[in-house]
Amino acid sequence: MKMKSLIAAAALAALAGTAQAEVKVGMITTLSGGGAGLGLDVRDGFLLALKQSGRDDIEMIIEDDQQKPDVAVQIADRMIQAEDVDVLTGIIWSNLAMAVVPGAVAQGKFYLSPNAGPSALAGKGCHPNYFNVAWQNDNLHEAAGAYANSAGYTNSFILAPNYPAGQDALTGYKRFYEGELSGELYTKLGQTDYAAEIAQIRASGADSVFFFLPGGMGISFLKQYADSGVDIPLIGPAFSFDQGILQAVGDAALGVVNTSQWAKDLDNPTNAAFVESFAAEYGRLPSLYASQGFDTANLMISALEKADVSDVEGFRAALKAADFASTRGDFAFGPNNHPIQNIYVREVIKEGDIYTNRTIGVAIENHADAYAAECGM
Amino acid sequence: MTFVLLVEQVLNGLQFGVMLFLMAAGLTLIFGVMGLINLAHGSLYMVGAFAAATVAGATGSFLLALAASLGAAALAGALVELTVIRRLYGRDHLDQVLATFALILIFSEGTRWLFGSFPLYLDIPPALSGPVALPFGIDYPRYRLALIGIGLAVAAALFLLISRTRLGIQIRAGEEDREMIAALGVDISKLYTLVFALGAALAGLAGALIGAIQSVQVGMGEPVLILAFVVIVIGGIGSIRGALVGAILVGLTDTLGRALLPVLFGLVMEPAAAMSAGASLASMAIYILMAAVLILRPRGLFGRA
Repeated sequence: MKMKSLIAAAALAALAGTAQAEVKVGMITTLSGGGAGLGLDVRDGFLLALKQSGRDDIEMIIEDDQQKPDVAVQIADRMIQAEDVDVLTGIIWSNLAMAVVPGAVAQGKFYLSPNAGPSALAGKGCHPNYFNVAWQNDNLHEAAGAYANSAGYTNSFILAPNYPAGQDALTGYKRFYEGELSGELYTKLGQTDYAAEIAQIRASGADSVFFFLPGGMGISFLKQYADSGVDIPLIGPAFSFDQGILQAVGDAALGVVNTSQWAKDLDNPTNAAFVESFAAEYGRLPSLYASQGFDTANLMISALEKADVSDVEGFRAALKAADFASTRGDFAFGPNNHPIQNIYVREVIKEGDIYTNRTIGVAIENHADAYAAECGM
Repeated sequence: MTFVLLVEQVLNGLQFGVMLFLMAAGLTLIFGVMGLINLAHGSLYMVGAFAAATVAGATGSFLLALAASLGAAALAGALVELTVIRRLYGRDHLDQVLATFALILIFSEGTRWLFGSFPLYLDIPPALSGPVALPFGIDYPRYRLALIGIGLAVAAALFLLISRTRLGIQIRAGEEDREMIAALGVDISKLYTLVFALGAALAGLAGALIGAIQSVQVGMGEPVLILAFVVIVIGGIGSIRGALVGAILVGLTDTLGRALLPVLFGLVMEPAAAMSAGASLASMAIYILMAAVLILRPRGLFGRA
């Protein structure tokens, strides 16, 4: 289970072994269990960026958190105290981020989040050494609410699992959605059978359904929804429609509209090169998680070009400048070190034998999060 | 809550219940006959689902996929019994829990090693997809109706097997007195392997049937395993009839709890508070049911004193 892999970026370059590693990066991510697909994509995106940078002075220490907060905390303690890493990154899940990030930044380490963006760390708990390169948790749901308005929906049925990110999701949707709610449901976290919920949706008379059910929960829901014969349009954040999941959902996902800060077909040169090189390197299409890992590594590399990591003030300012070519096109940090970015609307399509997404519009432009004002940084 | 919705939810509960029965039946048989707590039963469920997804992907036939799930899970079960479980019969339950927990980890990482970390695709066969119109204007998924039918048929077959066949007699005798039937000349180790493989096959079948409407992924068996344990505690450990009644009780309680509790709370509370209180209580409902059954009948509904 405990997979410890030391991957010196040096080994990838020709100068293997000769150069002394100058920057140590600790990556704590989920590489086993049901959530491993997300961690793998973040890791692979990150490593791809390192390889393309050609730098031989970055040493990676990658460990599996097994999606358990206590394991993540133990790994973080060891990385900080025994390995003396400079930068931490990699955590997928908000509850793990809440357990690790405040302690790590309090000990003077930098933390670059490639995925989790809990509201507590965007508002009162913000920190100058904590940078979120993905999104604040509410963002994609807010965009879904904005999309529902523009699509003319006035009577949504909304559901999410009963845990903090699920409550954030429904709150985020309602923050932008202006219509009525025909129903609001919290399901059990990890629930795999949605027959009872789908029956209620059928009876509700809604004109749209917003759902946030990440990972296997979303696969189960989509398959059962498609089979139930209910044909109310679905809207969701990209988490239930990323590249790793779509192949398991199949036709049931076709045509579903979802919101994302990234898409495979975003028209910028960085993204085109990223999609092509990722597919060539790993033999699969990248997901939004892979794009986030890739952007996180490129942000870090851009800061290292400007300042040494031991120069805390300089390195921090260089991170904040976000002077890197993002796969999302324009990218900037707001006052609380969370992204200001466009959130796009995508539609699930089939390209040959592969299910993937096509961008059909912009849900919100230059969107910042709702908690920046609470951050006293 | 209309009548139609209520009927639909009862059907949903029944469907959930009979699928739980397939899991719980194997678990309770193995515990009843061999006195073994098998935490790895959920892994056999996963093996069935992965075998079905692989075969369905290669051949496109759902029936072949089901056959593969039965075969693969029974084979995995028999192998595990011969290599690991066999050494555990004489040990106490804590050792069994430890060893079978290790098996969960081995199965999970082994499956990841073979199939990767991303979920597999397994779909409902075209003949069973889509809704079917029932009386009273109920539209109900055809596949779920089929699940109810298959589950009840398997239950009936299992009753016949236990009550009418030579193997059944040996299983029942094994539950009564292990040493005695060994002394009477029954090849007890062969019987154990057979029972274990039978339980595993049922779990594998459940995994394949459920995999088609859920997600075929590593770790899919563990949540079901917990529910299956609740079922056999409620039904009485070792009793197949108890497993059936317990499974349907748990299925109905869980489904109707999720559907009705938020509505009931809504009569006396604010909608938002009712929703979250109802959802929270609904996820506790089956454990409250289990506690209530244990208070009234400490050995479960059909457990023997």
